Amino acid sequence: MKKKMIKRVTGIAAIAMSAVIFAGCSTAKTSSQGNDQTGSTVKIGVNLELSGAAGGYGNQMKQGIQMATNEINDKGGVNVNGKKKKIKLIIKDNKTSTSTSASVAAQLSNNDKVNAIIGTATTNAGTAAIPNETKAKVPALSPSATDPNFTLQKSGKVQPYVFRACYQNNFQGGTGAKFIYNNLKAKRVAVLGDNSTDYGTGLAKSFKKQFKGKVVDTQYFSAGDKDFNAILTSFKHKKVDAIYAPGYYSEIGLIIKQARQMGLNVPVVGSDGMADAKLVQIAGAKNASNIYYTTPFSQTVAKSNPTAAKFLKAYKARYHTDAPTFSALAYDSTYMIKQAIESQKSANSVKITKGLADIKNFNGVTGKISIDGHHDADKPIAVEHLNNGKVVGSTQIK
Amino acid sequence: MTTLFQQLINGLSLGSIYALLALGYTMVYGIIKLINFAHGDIYMLGAFWGYYTINFWHFNFLFALLSAMIVCAAAGVVIEYFAYRPLRHAPRITALITAIGVSYFLENGMSYLYGADTRDFPQVIKQVNFNFWGVRVSNIQILILATACLLMILLQLIIKKTKMGRAMRAVSVDPDAAELVGINLNRTISFTFALGSSMAGAAGVLIGLYYNSIDPLMGMTPGIKAFVAAVVGGIGSVPGASLGGFLIGLLETAVQSVGLSAYKDAAVYLVLIIILLVLPAGIFGKNVKEKV
Repeated sequence: MKKKMIKRVTGIAAIAMSAVIFAGCSTAKTSSQGNDQTGSTVKIGVNLELSGAAGGYGNQMKQGIQMATNEINDKGGVNVNGKKKKIKLIIKDNKTSTSTSASVAAQLSNNDKVNAIIGTATTNAGTAAIPNETKAKVPALSPSATDPNFTLQKSGKVQPYVFRACYQNNFQGGTGAKFIYNNLKAKRVAVLGDNSTDYGTGLAKSFKKQFKGKVVDTQYFSAGDKDFNAILTSFKHKKVDAIYAPGYYSEIGLIIKQARQMGLNVPVVGSDGMADAKLVQIAGAKNASNIYYTTPFSQTVAKSNPTAAKFLKAYKARYHTDAPTFSALAYDSTYMIKQAIESQKSANSVKITKGLADIKNFNGVTGKISIDGHHDADKPIAVEHLNNGKVVGSTQIK
Repeated sequence: MTTLFQQLINGLSLGSIYALLALGYTMVYGIIKLINFAHGDIYMLGAFWGYYTINFWHFNFLFALLSAMIVCAAAGVVIEYFAYRPLRHAPRITALITAIGVSYFLENGMSYLYGADTRDFPQVIKQVNFNFWGVRVSNIQILILATACLLMILLQLIIKKTKMGRAMRAVSVDPDAAELVGINLNRTISFTFALGSSMAGAAGVLIGLYYNSIDPLMGMTPGIKAFVAAVVGGIGSVPGASLGGFLIGLLETAVQSVGLSAYKDAAVYLVLIIILLVLPAGIFGKNVKEKV
C-alpha cells in the first residue's frame, strides 16, 4: 500500500516537473524570431578560450575584438537603419572546454539576449556551441575554426547560423601541397603536425591527400611539447627535401630552432598559425631562414592593403607588440558583423545571419573576404618567405 | 649508427631535466608521503624568474640560475607553510587535493598576471655545436647534463653527509621518533621543500635556455612525467629518481625515433601502469611491509 502511494506521488511529481520544463520551452519558442536589438546598444556576445589550453589564442582575439569595438564606438557606433547604436560586448570565457562553451552560448543567447556571437577560437568548442546558437537563432562567427565540417551539418547541408572568418583546411593544405611540389620542387616531404588541435590534424590530412610527391614520414606532436630533437633526427636520417608543419607558432618556432641547430636546413612550410612575430623570436632570427607559410594576412600584404596597415599601426600603439593573426581575424569578425547589421538595416539576430551570409568583397585586414555557400570565408592566399627572420617575399598561389 | 648516438644524446638531455624534477617529487614524498603536484609549477616559476632577471636586471646565466634556485626554494617553503603545514595531521588525500589546488593556483595566477602567451627566453649563452664522429652535441646540452649531474651529486652529499641530511632521513623513517630525539620536524620539512624546489628552479632556467620558450602551463606535462620518473626509480629514493628521469627521457626519444611520436606520452604512462603492477616499489625502492 505504502509502496503504491510513493509510486503515485513520484509519478505525479514527474509529470508536474516535465510540465514545468515544457512550459519553459514553449515560452521560449513563441518569442523567438531571434534576438531583437533593444535600447541604445547592439549586444555582441564573445565566447572565447580565455583560459585553458587555447587561452593564448583566445586572449589575442579578445584584444582584436575590443580594439574594433572601441574604434566603432568612438565613431558613434553601428548604423542601425539610420540610428547610431553603440556596441556592447559581453565577454565570457569557455575555458577551452566543450561543455562550458555550450553553456556560454546558451547564456549569451538566452539570458543576455545578444544579437550576434563572436567565437570560438577552436573547432571543438565551437561545434559544441552550435545547437544552442541554432535554437536561439543567433549567428556565431568564428575567427579561427578551420575544420571543413565546422560550418556543415552531418547531412552535408550548411549550418544556418555558423560562419567563419578564416580559411578551411582543405583549401590551405592544398595550397601548401601545390607550393611545395611546384615552387620548391621538393619530392620527399615529411609531415609534422599538431595533433592536439583539429587545425593541425585537418591540415596534415588534407596536405597528404593533395600532395603529388612522396610523403616519407608523418609524425605528430601536441601543443606544449618542447622537444622535437628525436623526430627531427629521424627526418634527417630519412633525407627529406622539405618539412610540412601545420601548427601554431609556439611549437613550430621550436621545431625550426631545433632543426637548424642539428644542421637540418631543408625548407619548413607551414600554415597561417605560424604568421606571428613570436615565431622568429622563439626560433631565433638566424635560424628562421628558408621558412614558408600560407597566409591571408602578413606584413608585406599589409603594405598594399590600407585597412591592414592602419590596423597594424593601431594595434602596435595600443598593445606595444606586433599584431598576431588571431587578433587580425577577430578584428575582421567584429567589422563583418557591423557590415551585416548595416546592410540589413537591422540588428535582429536573424537579420544579422542573413547579412553575414551575403557578405561579398568585404575589405578586411586579412584580405578581401566573401562568404560562400558553405559559410566559409573566401579570400586570397599567399605564401610568405622568411629569411634571417625577415619576410623577404610572398608568392600568390592560384 | 650516428643517428642512434644522436638520439642517445637527445634522450640524455631530455632525461636530465626529468631527473632534476623527479628529485623534488621523491624527496617530498620520502619525508611526508605527499605527492607534491605543484612541483612542476615551481619549475615554471624558476623559468619565469630567469626570464625576468636576465631581461630586466641583466643577470648572467650563473646568477640567474643561482637566484632562481634561491627564489624557488623560498617559494617551496612558503607553499609548504601555507598549504601543507596546516594539513600535517589530516588524511593524506586532503593534502594531495591541496597540492593539485596549489598547482592550479600557480598556473592560472601566472596566466592572469603575465598572460598565457609563450615567451622567448633570452639567449645568454651562445650555442656552439661540437661534432664527435658525426654526432652533434651543443654546448647547452653539455651544460644541462653537467649541471644536472653536479646538482644531483651535491644533493646526495647533503642528504648523506650533513646533519640536516641525517635529520631528513630520520624524519622519513619515523617522524614521531625523530621529534622525540630532538629533531625540529617543521624545520626539516621546510628544508626538504627548499632543496627540492631549488632543483626545480634550476631545471626551469636550464629548460628555458635550451628550448628558448616558456609559458605558464609549461610545468604541467614535464611535472607529470617527472612524477612517473620518480615512481619508476622508486619513489622516495634519490638515486632512483635520477635514474628514472634518464630512463623516461630515453624512452620518449626512442618512441619518437621509431616513428610513433603521437604515442610518446602514452608510452610514458604505460610504463607507469606496468611499473605499478609489476614492481610497485620501483627500481631502487625498498619493499617495506606495512604492519596492519
